[in-house]
Amino acid sequence: MKSESNLEKVLSAGHFAFTGELGPPRGANAEEVRKKAAFLKGNVDAVNITDNQTAVVRMSSWAASLILIQEGLEPNFQMVCRDRNRLAMQSDILGASTHGIKNMLCLSGDHQSFGDHPMAKSVFDIDSIQLIGMVKQMRDEGIFLSGNKLDEAPKMFIGAAANPFAEPYEWRVLRLAKKIAAGADFIQTQCIYNMDRFREFMKRAVDMGLTEKCYILAGVTPLKSVGMAKYMAGSVPGMDVPDELIERVKGAGKGKAAEEGIKIAVEQIQEFKEMEGVAGVHLMAIEWEHRVPEIAKMAGVLPRPVV
Amino acid sequence: MIVAKRKPFDEIKDFLKDYKKVLTAGCGTCVAVCLAGGEKEVAVLNAELDMARRLDDNPIELGAITIERQCDREYLEALDSMVGDYDAVLSLACGAGIQFLAERYPEKPVFPGVDTTFIGVNQDVGWYEERCRSCSSCVLGLTAGICPVTMCAKGLYNGPCGGTNKGSCEISKDQPCAWYMIYERLSKQNRLDNILKITPVQDWQNQKPRTVIQPGYKTSENSAEK
Repeated sequence: MKSESNLEKVLSAGHFAFTGELGPPRGANAEEVRKKAAFLKGNVDAVNITDNQTAVVRMSSWAASLILIQEGLEPNFQMVCRDRNRLAMQSDILGASTHGIKNMLCLSGDHQSFGDHPMAKSVFDIDSIQLIGMVKQMRDEGIFLSGNKLDEAPKMFIGAAANPFAEPYEWRVLRLAKKIAAGADFIQTQCIYNMDRFREFMKRAVDMGLTEKCYILAGVTPLKSVGMAKYMAGSVPGMDVPDELIERVKGAGKGKAAEEGIKIAVEQIQEFKEMEGVAGVHLMAIEWEHRVPEIAKMAGVLPRPVV
Repeated sequence: MIVAKRKPFDEIKDFLKDYKKVLTAGCGTCVAVCLAGGEKEVAVLNAELDMARRLDDNPIELGAITIERQCDREYLEALDSMVGDYDAVLSLACGAGIQFLAERYPEKPVFPGVDTTFIGVNQDVGWYEERCRSCSSCVLGLTAGICPVTMCAKGLYNGPCGGTNKGSCEISKDQPCAWYMIYERLSKQNRLDNILKITPVQDWQNQKPRTVIQPGYKTSENSAEK
């Protein structure tokens, strides 16, 4: 075992993993984190804690991760390259590990121009692939990026993101391979709506032997409304929402779009359970944590394995 | 070349409000080519300042000179006999030129008339685009002649990120994704191997003032190259 995290244990025992996500509050509101966490407890194997997502300031991801541990859940601590240089990253990794955080997701981070401080100076001292390599080096070799020895290695299960939908498509699997070569133990993909394209992506990943080296969790975000579907399709870079899916949500009729969105998500999860190379699902129910229990139940992923 | 743009007029006017006699110094190289700080721009700015100060009932006497390069002592020397006659100097050179001028006349207040903006190229008359951040460790050989440090909004060495959007960057549809272009060009040249390898962490060399002494010009006094 690399980390002894629950997520690693679930995956290495061959179970179909099911992870959730929690966005920390825009304030020092621990109660809000606990409230959201309560909906996820027992329904997922680990919970991603986002790191100033969309470049909007929120409670820090490691701090919200600690609240999750206190509540008896396992966090997946997200870290972006936008806000920290290599010194801050390494010290946060050590600190997180010290407090019992065992999973990390290494990301580039949305550009600051999206967020609430668009004129901020970004860092990007290292990029997400280099971050993956840095965490692996700290964990497996017990050395800092500088090459100096560290005192007690952080045992992290190392995650990375993959977007199968951004062009150039041919590059997507190659980039996945780069992340795995850098040291990613698991991958959580961008929200999947174009199933045809994702099937192709997975087939290539399987053919290249990548799914032998790394666990791939398929990203699912239920569509809450027609507006959200259109927003995802038109305004979120790198997102691919086919027209027929938008039509399907629209066709559900007034007041029923959310139920249709959940139905689509459940169908997707059921297909992922059967899809070669897919080791689990990462459910990103954005500001919809309270719907996670029913989605998990409908998708037949409960109870979660105890390992 | 180094591209600059003139500072807002009110900011310049505010710098000079307490001075009665000011020398406006243009630079004949980069900032002249990019139409920000050459002889013509010096004349236009002086005319504007003169008129504005007259309207304020606070007239100003303005001198004008444009030298070949303010970043070069050989040319700066031409100012030596003039600067003493003025209360302050307004320089339209890039930040390097302004500093070199200020360093030469440490008793004299020196003000910038332009904002130095980037190292770039001339797309058309009056239209310039950034291409280089002078990072001191050029990777253009790996990246098909497209700089990821400058042209990728996140300066990624292993791109593209998940925000690449049909060939555009996530920050704007009008901003091409550098890594998309790098991929396309390397692919056409059958050189994708270049970016299949992981590019390691950068040893940043632009985090402190740098000095370059070309081989053949090193002496025992100057050899402490940073």
